[in-house]
Amino acid sequence: MMHHTTKAIIKRELKSYFTTPLGYVFTVIFLFAIGYVTFEPGRGSFFVMRQADLSSFFRYIPWLFIFLIPSTAMRLWAEERKSGTIEFLLTLPVTVPQAVLGKFIAAWIFIALALLGTMPIVFTVAYLGKPDYGVIFLGYFASLLLAGSFLAVGTFFSAITKNQVVSFILSVVFCYIFLMAGSPPILETLSTLFPKYMVSLFEELSILNHFESMGRGVVRLSDLWFFGAMIVGWVYASMSLLDYKKAN
Amino acid sequence: MIEVSNLSKNFGNIKAVDDVSFNVNIGEVLGFLGPNGAGKSTTMKIITCFLKPSDGDVKVAGHSIHEDPISVKRKIGYMPENAPLYEDMTVVEFLQFVCEMRNIDLERRPSSIDGVITKCHLENVKNQSIETLSKGFKRRVSMAQALIHDPEVLILDEPTDGLDPNQKHDVRALIKELSNSKCIILSTHILEEVEAVCTRAIIISSGKKLFDGTPSELSEKSADRKVDDVFRAITTSLDVEGVTL
Ligand SMILES: Nc1ncnc2c1ncn2[C@@H]1O[C@H](COP(=O)(O)OP(=O)(O)OP(=O)(O)O)[C@@H](O)[C@H]1O
Ligand SMILES: [Mg+2]
Repeated sequence: MMHHTTKAIIKRELKSYFTTPLGYVFTVIFLFAIGYVTFEPGRGSFFVMRQADLSSFFRYIPWLFIFLIPSTAMRLWAEERKSGTIEFLLTLPVTVPQAVLGKFIAAWIFIALALLGTMPIVFTVAYLGKPDYGVIFLGYFASLLLAGSFLAVGTFFSAITKNQVVSFILSVVFCYIFLMAGSPPILETLSTLFPKYMVSLFEELSILNHFESMGRGVVRLSDLWFFGAMIVGWVYASMSLLDYKKAN
Repeated sequence: MIEVSNLSKNFGNIKAVDDVSFNVNIGEVLGFLGPNGAGKSTTMKIITCFLKPSDGDVKVAGHSIHEDPISVKRKIGYMPENAPLYEDMTVVEFLQFVCEMRNIDLERRPSSIDGVITKCHLENVKNQSIETLSKGFKRRVSMAQALIHDPEVLILDEPTDGLDPNQKHDVRALIKELSNSKCIILSTHILEEVEAVCTRAIIISSGKKLFDGTPSELSEKSADRKVDDVFRAITTSLDVEGVTL
C-alpha cells in the first residue's frame, strides 16, 4: 500500500533517531518531565486529588509537546537543505510527497514510541485504583493526534528555512497560537476587531478545546475532522513549499 | 541518450543557464568546462530533475524531465557537487538505503553493494560511519552510490575534486572502464583530465555554450597545444599569445 521509497525513508529516519543522541535526549527529557508533572507534590496533583485517573498527565501533555515536538521536527528538512543531502535524496527516484510523508510518519512513530514509554504511569494508576480505561485510551489517542498536528506544523516550518533555530521558534509560536486560539483573552481581543462569526470560527481552531473534549472520554466527529484537517493541511502545505523552495 | 534542448535557468536576474543545447550518446564521455559560476552544476541539477528549468527540455533515454522525472531519475547515477551524504550512517547502511530507494531486487542487493565497494576501494571502511571518513573517501562513497544500480547515464559533478593524485588516477581509470557502455557527463576544472578521459568537451561561461568539440580540437587552437591558454581565450575573450580561435 505504501510506496517502497516512503518505507525506506521511514526506516532510515527511525534508525537515525537511535544512532544520534537526539532520540535519547528527547525520550529522557519527555519521560522525566511528564513523570514529574503528573506526580508533582503540589495542589491539584495526583496524590492530593486522590483520584485514580490521568487527568493531570493529559493536562500537561500539550505544554510539553509544544516545545518537544518542534524540537524534533525542526531538523527534518532544515538539516537536509543545509547539508545539501536534499539534492542526493530528491535525485533518487522519489517524489517530494513520498519523501515528506516518509519523514513525517517516522517522526510520528518515534513520538508514539515515547508515549508508549509512559505506560508505567498507567500501571501505577491501575495498581492504586480502578481507572476508566476507556478515558485513558482516548487520552492517548488524542495525544497522538495532537502530536501529529504539531509535527505537521513543525514540518512546514522546517521546510521554510535552512536555519533550525528559526524553524523551531516559528513552529512553537504557531503551535501556541493554535493551542490558545480558544482562550478568553485572545477571543476578547479578537472580538473588538472582527465580526462575531469570525471569532467563533477562530474558537473552532483551538487545538486545546478539541484535545480536552476527547480527553473527557467522548469522541466527537468534529474533533476527528479537526485533527485530520490540521495534519493533512500542514503536511500538504509542506509538500508544496518544499517542491517550490528545495534549491534555494 | 541525453538530449538537452534550449535549456535556460534564471535565478532572479541571474541567467545561470542561457539557451544551452547538446546531445550525448552511449560511449561518450563529455567534459563540462567553464569558470566558477558558469552554470555547470545548475545544468546538471536540471538534468537530474532536482531543479526545474525556466525554459527548454531535457530527454534522457526518451523520457522528458517535465513529463516523467521518475523514469529519468531511474536511468541516472548522480554524484552531486561536494558529495552530500547521510553522515550518521555507515557506508554499508548508506548503500543499503540507496538499494531500497532504487528498488533493486532483494537477491541482487548484496552483490550490487559488494560490487561498488570493490570498484571504489571502500573495503576497509565499509562498516565505518560516514562522518568519520576523510574527504576523499566520502567522494568515493558518493561515487559508489551513483554506480550501484549500474545506470546507463552517469552525471558526475567534479568527481576528482579534493582527491590525492593516486585517487584521481583511480577515478579516471574507473571512468574510462565504464565509458564503453555508458553515457557520462563530468564537470571539472582540471584541463588535463579532459584530455585524459573525455571524448568530447563543452565550455560554458555565464550560462552560454562557447565551445563544443573533441579535446584535440580544443588543444589545436593553441600553437603550443596549451589547453589552459585556449580555455582562457574562450572564456575571457582576451587575446592570449599563441591562440587562434
Ligand atoms: N539557488 C540559487 N539561487 C541563486 N543563484 C544561484 C543558485 N544556484 C546557483 N546560482 C547562481 O547560478 C550561477 C551558476 O552556478 P553554478 O553552481 O551552476 O556554477 P558552476 O559552473 O557549477 O560553478 P563552479 O565551478 O564554481 O562549481 C552562479 O552565478 C550562481 O551564483
Ligand atoms: Mg559547480
